[in-house]
Amino acid sequence: MDLTLLLQLTLNGLIVGALYGVVAMSFVLIYKASQVVNFAQGEFLLVGAWVCWWFLTEWQLPFYAGFLFTLVFMTLFGLVLQVVVLRPLIGEPVISVIMATIGLGIFFQALMKWIFGVFAKPFPPIFTVERISVLGLEVQTVYLVSLGISLLIMAGFGWFFTASKHGLAMRATAFDQQVAQSLGVSVPKVFAMSWAISAVVSSVAGVVVGVVNGVSSALSFYGIKVFPAVILGGLDSIIGAVLGGVIVGLLENWAHYIDSEWLNWGNMFQIAPFYALVIILLIKPYGLFGTKNIERV
Amino acid sequence: MADEDPILSAEGVSLRFGGVKALTDVSFSVRKGEVFSIIGPNGAGKTSMVNCVSGRYRPTEGRILFDGQDITKLGPNRRAGLGIGRTFQNLALFGHMSVLDNIMVGRHHLLKAGFLRGMMYWWGGAQREELAHRAEVEEIIDFLEIQHVRKAQAGTLPYGLRKRVELARAVALKPKLILLDEPMAGMNLEEKEDMARFILDLNQEWGMTVLMIEHDMGVVMDISHRVMVLDFGRKIAEGLPEEVMAHPQVRRAYLGVDDEAVNPAEIDA
Repeated sequence: MDLTLLLQLTLNGLIVGALYGVVAMSFVLIYKASQVVNFAQGEFLLVGAWVCWWFLTEWQLPFYAGFLFTLVFMTLFGLVLQVVVLRPLIGEPVISVIMATIGLGIFFQALMKWIFGVFAKPFPPIFTVERISVLGLEVQTVYLVSLGISLLIMAGFGWFFTASKHGLAMRATAFDQQVAQSLGVSVPKVFAMSWAISAVVSSVAGVVVGVVNGVSSALSFYGIKVFPAVILGGLDSIIGAVLGGVIVGLLENWAHYIDSEWLNWGNMFQIAPFYALVIILLIKPYGLFGTKNIERV
Repeated sequence: MADEDPILSAEGVSLRFGGVKALTDVSFSVRKGEVFSIIGPNGAGKTSMVNCVSGRYRPTEGRILFDGQDITKLGPNRRAGLGIGRTFQNLALFGHMSVLDNIMVGRHHLLKAGFLRGMMYWWGGAQREELAHRAEVEEIIDFLEIQHVRKAQAGTLPYGLRKRVELARAVALKPKLILLDEPMAGMNLEEKEDMARFILDLNQEWGMTVLMIEHDMGVVMDISHRVMVLDFGRKIAEGLPEEVMAHPQVRRAYLGVDDEAVNPAEIDA
């Protein structure tokens, strides 16, 4: 037993899990507000990371400026996507909307390859200190910063949904669009806002992962990783998304530990979350925190 | 009490769903400050009429004017912003939210602090704004006697209370005109009396014009200033409650007749 490795992997799991949680939250945000299962969530990370990379390398902007511009760009990106592609689909069958998001995913995947090429490209170095040791464990600075950002985003989401006018409107819309409208809530605005926020938040995760691993189309794989996290937590629960993300992150890394210590099968870390998903869904079909539909008769 | 200028008028409103005529050429106006009731047998088009006013349906023909402005083409959220609040026939509370949050959604268009100012809660007046709103919301809560449940989840409340919370949410909008779709359906006598009292207070003390659909004739006759009767999507009578009740077409619509079916086209209201 290698205890340091286990601790190191646990820490990695928590940090990566927090990132999954962030992406899962932005996925849930769209689902909650507009009942759309967004299969292009991973491509939001991809587009965000590439755009940031472009600002930093082609324009030679300092990181904070490039990052800020990326956020602005992604806000517009999310808005335009909703208005141009998804708004006309309001009222169409769910399956049409899902197909449209799958199409969007493929489109942006290909577009990014066309513009930026198929090879992974590294970000210019951002932090002067690459790694810091925390309690004897080596952690990449980027990851520590990302953990901070993740927590900040989570707190922001919590505040947004419980205390802000728009968050309340969003919850109302999720519950019943007709009623929300009768109370003066503009449903198209709520939809557009949810896509914009979702795109921005996902792109933050995209940039962080891009800084660590380089930017390539592999980033969009996060969109698939998010599914076990989201379904685990319950499709319509923000807290569930966060916990689901952390659980998936931990499971991956623990599976990796077990694999490397004893099994030597090679790719346990990729499939372990999905096994856990199946088991949890057998016991709790609505996920850990999902809302059951209970009707009074 | 009710002065003469109309706050709401419908002019020749027709509504069709494919071949089904839900409303045919209905015109009426509601005067500022009155309690106006729409009655009629099941399927007469009462709720369709209210939905045309609230913006959920767009009339196939005709116009709807609110406060002198043509609102026929406005979406429901814009109409709410202008001051038309409503409750629903089948309860439509946000079941997983607290009573307080339900009511706060009703304040949506009145809350000014947007995203950025909200983030800077303690600066820029967002906190002051929230306090002012909370004070008003508390006033509404006190008025409708739901203090004891305001932290409760709306979906867990008994029926009568949920009806009141729904009314509170519509009142929170500060509407000039409030549309009540069967506010007393399914209530017992005591609850009905409470609700009638709330409606009268809203009208007299809060100065809201009330447009109400109700089946309970006793209540309608007691609290309405004027009544309109719909049957098969057409207006067959309008006037003071006593007049309307005495109207032969109304009696026929409600009680039926022995001889051939009545052709509504022959009726001159």
